[in-house]
Amino acid sequence: MTQPLDLQAVSAHYGTTKVLEDLSLSVQAGELVSLLGASGCGKTTTLRLIAGFLRPTTGSIQLGGRDLTRLPPHKRDIGLVFQNYALFPHLSVLDNVAFGLKQRGLGSSERRKRAMAMLERVGLSALADRAPGALSGGQKQRVALARALVIEPPLLMFDEPLSNLDAKLRVDMRVEIRQLQRSNGTTSVYVTHDQEEAFSISDRVAIMSAGRLMQFDKPEILYRRPANTFVARFVGFENIIPLKVIAREGDVVTAETAGVTLRLSQAVYGAIPDTFLLATRPDGLVVSTDPAAEGLPARLGLRTYLGRAYQYQCETAAGPLIANGSLTAPLEAGTGVKLVPMPEQCTILASEGAR
Amino acid sequence: MSDRPHPFLIVVAGLVYLFLMLPLVIVVGAALSDTTYLTFPPQGLSLRWFENIFEISAFRRTIVTSLQIAFLGTMIALLIGIPAAYALNRFRIELPKWLGTLFVLPILVPEIVFGFALLKSFTVGTGAPIFLSLLIGHTLIVLPYVVRVISASLASFDFSVEEAAISLGSAPVKTFFTIVLPNIRAGVIAAFILAFITSLNDVSVSLFLTGPGISTLPIQILAHVEQFFDPTVASVSVLLMFLTVAVMAVVERTLGLTFLAK
Repeated sequence: MTQPLDLQAVSAHYGTTKVLEDLSLSVQAGELVSLLGASGCGKTTTLRLIAGFLRPTTGSIQLGGRDLTRLPPHKRDIGLVFQNYALFPHLSVLDNVAFGLKQRGLGSSERRKRAMAMLERVGLSALADRAPGALSGGQKQRVALARALVIEPPLLMFDEPLSNLDAKLRVDMRVEIRQLQRSNGTTSVYVTHDQEEAFSISDRVAIMSAGRLMQFDKPEILYRRPANTFVARFVGFENIIPLKVIAREGDVVTAETAGVTLRLSQAVYGAIPDTFLLATRPDGLVVSTDPAAEGLPARLGLRTYLGRAYQYQCETAAGPLIANGSLTAPLEAGTGVKLVPMPEQCTILASEGAR
Repeated sequence: MSDRPHPFLIVVAGLVYLFLMLPLVIVVGAALSDTTYLTFPPQGLSLRWFENIFEISAFRRTIVTSLQIAFLGTMIALLIGIPAAYALNRFRIELPKWLGTLFVLPILVPEIVFGFALLKSFTVGTGAPIFLSLLIGHTLIVLPYVVRVISASLASFDFSVEEAAISLGSAPVKTFFTIVLPNIRAGVIAAFILAFITSLNDVSVSLFLTGPGISTLPIQILAHVEQFFDPTVASVSVLLMFLTVAVMAVVERTLGLTFLAK
C-alpha cells in the first residue's frame, strides 16, 4: 500500500511571482519527511502541489510510479490533515470519517464498520454520533486523522496539524501521529514551522527558504552538520566566525580572524578550505578566565540566566558572539575572557561570497 | 451595572416600538372600517374591503403577476448569485476587487434611473414582452442582495473543508452540492426571503416596465389610490403583511430566524 513520492525539478508561480524554484525531493516508501521553514518559504506551496490544488509551472510529481502532475486532486488518493481540521460541520463524526469511503463506493454497513474501527484506533468511538462543533481541538484533529487514514492512502500529508493546539497536547499528538504513521507504514509529508516538532517525528527533514530547498537530511545531521549558513543559523548556530588559513602543518591548520589566530585540527573538523566559516552554538564556546587558554579574547556583556547555564553577550575583535558559561561561577559584565571553541560542537562551513 | 434596565431605557424602547407599530395598527384599523373612505379610527367593523380585493380583477391579476415575478426573479438571481458569490469568495485573492463591487451597482444607481434606462434600452430597444422586461428588471435589482447575503455566509465558510472533501475523492462539482451548499443553506434561505420581499415591494423599476395589461401589485395599488379613496388599499396592505408574517413563521418554525440577524 505504501509508496515512494518523487518530485522532479518542480517550480511554481503565483501570477508572476516565483514561489517554488526547481525543487527535487524523494520520499521513500514508509518514510515521514517534514518540510520545515518560516512562512512564505514554499513548504505549504509544495504540499498543495502534491495534493493537486496548485499546478506546477514545470517539473513532475510521481507517487509510486503514478504520474500525478496533471491529475485532478480528487483522483490523487492522498490523505490530508489540515491545520484548522477542516471537518464537515454538517456531518456527524462517524459520517466525517466515512466520507472518503462513500466516495469509493463502499456500502453503508461496510463504511460504518471501517469508520468505527478507525475511530476506535484514535480513541473516539464513544463520540461517533457527535457533531464536530461539540469536540475539543485535540478530538477534532483525531477525527481529521481518522478521516484521512481510513481511506488507506498511499500518501498522507499534514499541513501544520498541531498549530492550533496548546503546547502539552501538541507533544502528545505528535507522538500519537508518529505511532499511527509507523504502524501503518504510510509514506508521509509533514509541513511545519516548528523545528522541535519536525526533528522529533521525522525520518528526514527538508529545510526550505524563499522557495528553495536548503538542506534535506536526517534530523541528527541537520542539527550537528548544517550544510550552509542559512541552515546553521536556523538550527541555532548563533556564532558564525569567518576565518582565513594562514599556515598548515600536517593536520593542524592555523586560521586568523581580525588579528586573532586559532589552531584547528583537520582530524576533528575534516578538510578545511583556505577561507571558511566556523559555526557554533553558544554551548560550543567555553568561557575561560585562564589567560593561557587558546581562544578568542572577548569582553563579557549582558549576562542572562538560562537555567542550565548563564549566557553572555560577548564583544570580540571578530564581532559580537554569544557564549554559555558555567552556573557555578557567574562573571560580571566587563570581564576579559577567552572564548574557546569546543571542536565536537563546532562545524566548518564554506564561506558564501558577500553575506 | 444593575440587573434591572434603567427606567429611561424602558421608556425609549417603548417609544421606538410604538413608532414602529403605530402605522401598522392604523393600517389594520383602516382596513376594517365599514366606511367607503380611508379613516382611522375605524367606523364600524367589516371585512368587505378584503372581499373587494378579489372582486376587482386588476388586483387578482397583479397579485398573481407580482408573485410570479418575485418567485421567478428570485430563483434566477439565486442561479446567478450563488455561483457568483462562490467565485468571489473562493478566489478572493486571485480576482480583482472591483469585480465584487460590480454586483452592488444595481442598488447604487437610483432605481428610478435604472428603471428608465431599462425601459429605453431593453423594452423599447428590443420590443421584448412586458413580462420578460419586468422579470429581467426584478432579477437585476434583487441580485445585489443575493450576492451580498450569500457572500456573508461564505465568508465564514472554511474552504479547506471543501479541499478536504476533494482530497477524499469527491469531484469538485459534487463537492459543491454535498459540502458547500449544505453549509451556506441559511444564507441561501435568507437571500431568498430578502430578494422575494424586495421584488414584491418594488415600485420604482416596475413603474417604468409595467405596461398595458400587465402590472404588479404595488403599481396597481398606486393606480387604485389615484382613482378611489376606499379602504381596499389598506386591506391589500394588511393581506401583504399577513403573507410576510406567514412566510416568516414558516421559516422560524423550520430554521429559526436567528440567522437573519447575523
